[in-house]
Amino acid sequence: MTELPTVEVASGITSLAWLLFVLPAAGSLILFVAGRRANTWGHWLGVLTVVASFALGLAIFFQTIGMSADQRTTEVHLFDWIAVAGLKVDFGLRLDPLSLTFVLLITGVGSLIHIYSVGYMSHDPGRRRFFAQLNLFVAAMLILVLGNNFVMLYLGWEGVGLASYLLIGFYQDRPSAATAAKKAFLMNRVGDVGLALAIFLLWTNLGTVQYTDVFERIGQVSPGTVVAITVLLLLGACGKSGQFPLQAWLPDAMEGPTPVSALIHAATMVTAGVYLIARTNPIYNLTESGRLVVALIGTITLLIGAIIGCAYDDIKKVLAYSTVSQIGYMILAVGLGPIGYALGIAHLLAHGFFKAGLFLGAGSVMHAMDDNVDMRRYGGLWRKMPITFVTFGLGYLALIGFPFLSGYFTKDAIIEAAFTAPGWQGWVFGLTASVAAGLTAFYMTRLMIMTFFGEKRWEELETSDGGHYHPHESPLSMTVPMIILAFGSVLAGFLLTNGKALATWLAPSLGELREAEGGALPHSVTPWLVLALSALGVLVAYLVVGRRPTPVERPERVSLPVRAARRDLYANAINEAVIARPGTWLSRFLVFVDNRGVDGVVNGTAALFGGSSGRLRRLQTGFVRSYALSMLGGTVLVAAALLVVRFS
Amino acid sequence: MLLLILLLLPLVGAAVVAPMKNNARTAKLVALGFSLVSLVLTIVTWFSYSVAAASSGTRFQLELSVDWIPAFGTHFALGIDGIALVMLALIAVLVPIVMAFSWEERIPEGRSAAGFYSLILATQSLLVGVFAATDVFLFYVFFEAMLVPMYFMIGRFGGPRRQYAAVKFFLYSLLGGLIMLAAVIGLFVVSGEQLGSGTFTWVDLQRMAASVPESTQIWLFLGFFLAFAIKAPLVPFHTWLPDAGAEAPVGAGVLLVGVLDKVGTFGFLRYCLPLFPFASKTLAPLVLTLAVIGILYGALLAVGQTDLKRFVSYTSIAHFGFIALGIFSFSSQAFAGATLYMVNHGISTGMLFIVVGLLITRGGSRLIGDYGGVSTVAPLLAGAFLVAGLSSLALPGTNSFVSEFLVLLGSYPRQPVYTILATVGIIFAALYVLWVYQRTMQGPLRGSAVLGALDTVGGPGTMLDPALSAKRSSGFPDLGRREIAVLTPLIVLILVLGFFPGPVLDVITPSVVATMNEVGLADPVGGLSQ
Amino acid sequence: MTPTYYLLLSALLFSIGAVGVLVRRNAIVVFMCIELMLNSVNLTLVTFARINGALDGQVIAFFVMVVAAAEVVVGLAIIMSIFRTRRTASVDDANLLKY
Repeated sequence: MTELPTVEVASGITSLAWLLFVLPAAGSLILFVAGRRANTWGHWLGVLTVVASFALGLAIFFQTIGMSADQRTTEVHLFDWIAVAGLKVDFGLRLDPLSLTFVLLITGVGSLIHIYSVGYMSHDPGRRRFFAQLNLFVAAMLILVLGNNFVMLYLGWEGVGLASYLLIGFYQDRPSAATAAKKAFLMNRVGDVGLALAIFLLWTNLGTVQYTDVFERIGQVSPGTVVAITVLLLLGACGKSGQFPLQAWLPDAMEGPTPVSALIHAATMVTAGVYLIARTNPIYNLTESGRLVVALIGTITLLIGAIIGCAYDDIKKVLAYSTVSQIGYMILAVGLGPIGYALGIAHLLAHGFFKAGLFLGAGSVMHAMDDNVDMRRYGGLWRKMPITFVTFGLGYLALIGFPFLSGYFTKDAIIEAAFTAPGWQGWVFGLTASVAAGLTAFYMTRLMIMTFFGEKRWEELETSDGGHYHPHESPLSMTVPMIILAFGSVLAGFLLTNGKALATWLAPSLGELREAEGGALPHSVTPWLVLALSALGVLVAYLVVGRRPTPVERPERVSLPVRAARRDLYANAINEAVIARPGTWLSRFLVFVDNRGVDGVVNGTAALFGGSSGRLRRLQTGFVRSYALSMLGGTVLVAAALLVVRFS
Repeated sequence: MLLLILLLLPLVGAAVVAPMKNNARTAKLVALGFSLVSLVLTIVTWFSYSVAAASSGTRFQLELSVDWIPAFGTHFALGIDGIALVMLALIAVLVPIVMAFSWEERIPEGRSAAGFYSLILATQSLLVGVFAATDVFLFYVFFEAMLVPMYFMIGRFGGPRRQYAAVKFFLYSLLGGLIMLAAVIGLFVVSGEQLGSGTFTWVDLQRMAASVPESTQIWLFLGFFLAFAIKAPLVPFHTWLPDAGAEAPVGAGVLLVGVLDKVGTFGFLRYCLPLFPFASKTLAPLVLTLAVIGILYGALLAVGQTDLKRFVSYTSIAHFGFIALGIFSFSSQAFAGATLYMVNHGISTGMLFIVVGLLITRGGSRLIGDYGGVSTVAPLLAGAFLVAGLSSLALPGTNSFVSEFLVLLGSYPRQPVYTILATVGIIFAALYVLWVYQRTMQGPLRGSAVLGALDTVGGPGTMLDPALSAKRSSGFPDLGRREIAVLTPLIVLILVLGFFPGPVLDVITPSVVATMNEVGLADPVGGLSQ
Repeated sequence: MTPTYYLLLSALLFSIGAVGVLVRRNAIVVFMCIELMLNSVNLTLVTFARINGALDGQVIAFFVMVVAAAEVVVGLAIIMSIFRTRRTASVDDANLLKY
């Protein structure tokens, strides 16, 4: 068991940490309430609050880094949120290296994407609403990572779910956007149930929901319960992070505006699952089998994501499945336990940079191409959009693990660690991750070639409103964030892993990064294997896509695996067949049962009384003589009865 | 004394307003004035109530007791604990909102606005009585009497099938009430055996509860339970609610679902548990089963509804399941959660009802299928709908989350299986809210009600109700000033109670702890130990 | 003195009255039959009073007479008003209260 850090009371600028999330929350509230009046300045307010948060985050970061490692965990108690007879849920913040890392990622990338959105959304009448919702997201995400107990985490957890729901459905008049938003929220809710039940289990067994107390006393809980808790937490992580079997919502979430895809569905929110598992590492450290489940889910997902990514023609969906796959790597990493927590976070940060950059690049391309997302209609864009091309290219190289760029350091470290898992696990995890790396190289190269190289397939095509495409470079407010993120994608990996800088920094939260030892393959071999597979992927992509013209229409006569991949490996079909359709039937059936059955009994009772009294009233003929006869009959009967009683 | 004024003031108001048939505006203003004074008085009551005294063992505060029928030992006895206090606060807040909402409600031919507002005030008075009574017989009287103004509100001012709905509501509730009357009399007889002389005083009855044999308790419990289960309503006694909710005018629907139904769950907590502790524990599995069925069944039915108002009613049935789950799980947290849930449900479902009402006023149809893409023309209305919906699905940060979380968290240690099933219900909650939101608010403009309202030349399409289509406003306007004023306090309450439930929980906690003691159980985790 | 004859006479009168009430339609006749029944009962009461040597029966007979008188007043008034509105005294025609 790892040693837990002592918790200090916040001092100095750290005690202002509540401003971190209050600023964007206030921004969001003002923008929502002010309404149309804020249309002219609203976006700048949105940018300002997030940038201010980032500055504050930096200040806190530098104050913290100035302290010794065992003093880096501080808590800020704001007020008692829910307090009933023995239950006390703080509205409190926990500032430690892990949460600060996330704060910087969220506000940093968030600031860039806010700035980018000013340009990207400049023609959209709903820009103010967009910034209000984006600010709401930043606030919720900050609460998620800053909370010092599981209920605060849950608050942020569903808060980002709401923001994501609003932003996916941002183009409200598109039915597909509305459906995608609802799907995202519902699948997240499935995960949320897991998270909620994990909280209930912790409460039942420990009588607390505060991180500090839970981590201190988790050892007292029976092993079976610990496994249950870890699996339930994983279910939550699967929902939020788009992991198998709840991965189907993430690609659909691309219905939202592209900056949203970059910020929420690539860089920050979807990595919350990784954060959750890393945060609760004292629980996961206790159970081998719990971690194994995590690693397995990660492995399955990274392969699924990579396979499906190869088949799509929609640039955002390819990137989305790439995200699914990359988060799979992170989940695999944190599933490996103490040898992997820091690696997962490192890859998360690097991924935050290059994937956000890639999405912004994709947004830039779409901006130029009249919001068309079909890569078959792109081609030869590198001349038209040089900045986008270069920044996107750097992100691409970082993602496929080109030597000495971010992905090379962070992803390879995960694969290396995966090979060291004991027994069959090492082979399964390591080899799957390596093969998926090759697939990643393939689909990303395919994307690059189809978008930036080859023929200009858009020249003969008409836009949706009948005009011609005029690709052009995007304005400064969009390209500058892309350039900064490109720098990040190039340098992040080296900076984070050099001398284990990140791992040392995170040690108070995650425990010391343990050296991965032994394993299926010698350490000298793995990097070469991964490199070779990636190179193979690039080569195959070049041979398949680069050397012959790409048809504008999608070929329908394709092999079985491609067909399966195009249909998301039937994930949606299974959801539809197993849950959605039976659910609809059940609902309809129950409505029928309720109206005819349950209410039928009620109305039936009423009808019974009504009917029988209707029969009975027929006796009231209105003939006085018949009444008299019945009176006489009654009297005779009574007299007879009396006589019988008397004389018997 | 304060409680007596709080009880009589609306009644006086009702009497004053009722004759103003020819001057609707004055009647409304006077009625609103009375409700606002009640609100002020309730605030005074809130601050007169001492949490410290409640914590140190005072069961009821602000008590008042007068002999009523000495021969039967009945008293006109009023008094409140924390649970009753928050319910009084809920009434006081909702009534002015309901009045402001109903300001431009089209009153059917031959009826007057004065009558409607007078009935609202009468309902308010009787509701105060039902929550403040500390004499079982007095409680019974209020319990039955409050049906009367509600019956007239539905039956005189409601939708096309109002008479059917009103009669069903009345008879169903009366059935429960009469069975309860039998149990009340039984309780009196038992108290005569146990205490020497019969009494209806709650405190005395509670004191003897432990010595009543279990078989007797079970029969008496069932008598009370049935009345409350019909009122709450629990599945399978729920079918009157969708009819009543759908046919009642929106204002009455808010009071019906928001407050009047809470008498049922309040009754569980105040009468069933403390007076029949053994029976409550023995029969808890039965109630819990009904509660969980209600949660899932109500949610699935809500998904399948085609009528907006019936939809809201079915969501309430699911919510009442959560409240019952909390009450029969016997822990301080769950009790507090259930009590808070009663308040929060009044606010969030009240708001949902109101927003649906606004939609219906504009479109002239109650069918979900007649709407679509409303957010394009009325973004504020859509936003208000979403806020109410999110509160209904218990999103953290809204008021309902705190209560639902407390109920589930408090129930889990004792009843893990039921709680897991109930927790699955939150997925359905998200489904029914978001699906209705998607069908009515998102997507392109569609639906005959919306298009008909927007199209000045063509008439409306498949209107459900000619009376409603007649009072349809022209165009599909966004929220007006009055409507914003009606909704703003609700939205503020939803958010404030979501982040700062502390003051309310502080009031509730001592009383639920007292209830735990009366049931005679220790908290499974945290809090009370015995 | 044998009471049997008196009682038999009384039973005979009562039966005639009862049958008359059941079979006749004219309200006045029905009315007179009711009187017949009442008086037959009076006869029985007086007979038994005489047999038992107590005054109770005779006292009750007086009560019956008083009630019968009151009944006649009210009953005739009703019959009169029915006759005025419907121009008939048949009891079968006054059937508004059925069902």
